[in-house]
Amino acid sequence: MALKDITLGQYFPGNTILHRLDPRAKILLVVFYIVALFLAKNAFGYLLLAAFLTAAVLISKVGFKAVIRGMRPIVFIVIFTGVLNLLYTTGAGEPLVSIGFVRIYREGIRTAIFMVLRIMLLISCTFMLTYTTSPIRLTDGLESLLGPLKKLHVPIHELAMMMSIALRFIPTLIEETDKIMSAQRARGADFDSGGLIDRAKALIPLLVPLFISAFRRADELAVAMECRCYHGGEGRTKLMQLKYALPDYGAIVLGAGLCAAVLLLNRFGTL
Amino acid sequence: MSDPIIKTEDLHFSYPAEDKPKVVLDGVDLSIEAGSFVAILGHNGSGKSTLAKHMNAILLPSGGKMYVSGMDTANEANLLNIRRTVGMVFQNPDNQIVANVVEEDCAFGPENLGVPPDEIRRRVDQALKSVGMYEYREHAPHLLSGGQKQRIAIAGVLAMRPRCVVLDEPTAMLDPIGRKEVMETIQKLNAENGVTVILITHHMDEAAQAGRLVVMSKGTIIADGPPREVFQHVEELRAVGLTVPETVSLLWELRQEGLDVPLDALSDEECTQVLFHLLKAGTPAV
Amino acid sequence: MEPIIQTEKLCHIYSSGTPFQHAALTDVDFTAYKGEYLGIIGHTGSGKSTLIQHLNGLLKPTSGRVLVDGRDIWESKEATRKARFQVGLVFQYPEYQLFEETVYKDISFGPKNMKLDEKEIDRRVREAAAFVGLPDSVLEVSPFELSGGQKRRVAIAGVIAMEPSVLILDEPTAGLDPVGVEQILGNIRDYHEAKNATILIVSHSMEEMARTVDRLVVINDGRIPFQGTPREVFTHGEELEAMGLGVPQMTRVFHRLKAMGADIDPSVYTIEQARESILAALRRKGAV
Repeated sequence: MALKDITLGQYFPGNTILHRLDPRAKILLVVFYIVALFLAKNAFGYLLLAAFLTAAVLISKVGFKAVIRGMRPIVFIVIFTGVLNLLYTTGAGEPLVSIGFVRIYREGIRTAIFMVLRIMLLISCTFMLTYTTSPIRLTDGLESLLGPLKKLHVPIHELAMMMSIALRFIPTLIEETDKIMSAQRARGADFDSGGLIDRAKALIPLLVPLFISAFRRADELAVAMECRCYHGGEGRTKLMQLKYALPDYGAIVLGAGLCAAVLLLNRFGTL
Repeated sequence: MSDPIIKTEDLHFSYPAEDKPKVVLDGVDLSIEAGSFVAILGHNGSGKSTLAKHMNAILLPSGGKMYVSGMDTANEANLLNIRRTVGMVFQNPDNQIVANVVEEDCAFGPENLGVPPDEIRRRVDQALKSVGMYEYREHAPHLLSGGQKQRIAIAGVLAMRPRCVVLDEPTAMLDPIGRKEVMETIQKLNAENGVTVILITHHMDEAAQAGRLVVMSKGTIIADGPPREVFQHVEELRAVGLTVPETVSLLWELRQEGLDVPLDALSDEECTQVLFHLLKAGTPAV
Repeated sequence: MEPIIQTEKLCHIYSSGTPFQHAALTDVDFTAYKGEYLGIIGHTGSGKSTLIQHLNGLLKPTSGRVLVDGRDIWESKEATRKARFQVGLVFQYPEYQLFEETVYKDISFGPKNMKLDEKEIDRRVREAAAFVGLPDSVLEVSPFELSGGQKRRVAIAGVIAMEPSVLILDEPTAGLDPVGVEQILGNIRDYHEAKNATILIVSHSMEEMARTVDRLVVINDGRIPFQGTPREVFTHGEELEAMGLGVPQMTRVFHRLKAMGADIDPSVYTIEQARESILAALRRKGAV
């Protein structure tokens, strides 16, 4: 049943101001935040950005647990980046530690901490976006923001439609995977033991039916969509209209302000 | 309004194959009045689903004609008009729900038709209310029961305001509660909204609820009439791999014993009446 | 009669310790006897699927025990494995689990997992195919080229080839037309008779159950409210109705008849019994 417990990036329904913000405003805010994250050059900047995210988590009522849980799959990458920066950054002064070929400089520690912070804040802020925005609204927002690219013949509508259908079918396919696994287990299949090759081989009785089923579903869905007069994005209207309200403009200004503030803070030394 | 909503003329359809084409429909002549409730009954492979797929131009005839409200389905210019006239509901509810919020899914059809947002909202609310799923409008479809999902699929079609709804074995994957929900919704659709309903099924008890019953076998129509008439042909139906409702089956058995009972008692109530008179009189009521 | 499967105070709680926690089974004492043809009825979500997945060790009880042949199947790894093969489980829509290039290979998947030798596998595959009425010519064909009904029979053969002493089928006739239904039910009966196997069948169709099973177990809300012969179970008409299940059409008609004052035994559930009951009543009146 472990498959059903996946909550990575899953929407947390709620009715806070963060939930209600226009998805486009939220996406822009996150983009500004990420830019600010890359602009930040000293501890003051990082402190400001960390404080901002903390406030967002508190306002959204998503809870720190969820944010930390989102971090779990990338722990390895975070540690790896940290260690790499720690070991390979050379500084002007004497190394603080020098054991064999391992030399750790003051600058190394600083870069490592900043890099780790940057990745963690980056991941957290994108999770905050998906936690507080339903997939449909997120896709709508992306489609609307990227709309101008349609003039360059980029198939924005099609991409957005694919994304929302993929999101719609994830739970269905997870359930199906569970079902096929049980059915093959009942025929004596063993998914949990043996070496790497044995395990890979054991996946065939799971993957073949899963793919066949996914194709069958895709086929039936395509027919059902055609029957409901789907003929691409042209002349299509939307039930949910995206409309900017005052808080949305506020959020965008706040994002831009964040970048400006970080640039300003960069002047206060390089600590 | 005497114009038939669905009309076929010597409809043929075959799938191309290497050696010789596989014939699925072999000359179907059928005319369905607007506002009626018609069940099309047949065993697997009888051609009933293929016929249904011709009714909104998913498939085009290999020979003969299919007209929807007077429009020839072979003419591509009619396509969108045909599809907004005849809505389709399929067997597997999971594979026809597009969005992950109920009301968003219901809005999909009208959105494709370019209906203005306010009007979509009105239609969606109305469609969801008429299938009894309005309270679930903000739910995720994958957490609902099979019967509920199928009712959402019906609402999605209704929001397009079709004159006719074709349902291709809509209850095959449902449990008895789900089947009952869907059948009641279909009945209501026909009786209250005046929508023409064409129900493809191999459940006898569902077919018995229709006003008219068309039986198909090997790509042709072998019986056509009110259910109580069609079901009297017990032996012919059995010969083509179908059964009759248990009530009719029992009366037929009694007839084999030489008792003169009528065969047209479909419902529990009617069958009970016939049996009661039989027992009371010692001889059957004529 | 000797029990072959027993559960003792079986409980199963899904997503235990989360807000989604719910009890699917509560203190279930279930018994299946050797060689019987048993029906399990319950609406979707009643816990019947959870129960059958415990009987071959696919699910582990939250508390309570599952015994196969008197032995706790969770006692050791080896016992669990043994139960897996002794109790064959055919899921709903089993045709969606087919994956091999040929029908033969797909049916042999189970026996291969049992580590049987080549010759024994071959014998079992051919015998299983024969049980479900698949001709030899089909064995080398891809299962994906077959019709829906045939695919389902291949999938059932895949479990029969493991020669389980208990065969559990979850709605084996769902979505089939009357001919397909009769075919599958016939196949199951053949296996039951030839191997003296215990059959557990889950179905929504009361009429189908009435015709086929020796005994019925009703599951509702994770418990067993009553069980017994179809005749006994179908006397609980109103309770079954309240559980979303109902009784066979013949039972309904005969209860109405009785209520109208006819002198007739209402405990009837098949057409055959209904006919006999009417004829007997007429004979009593000297009408026939």
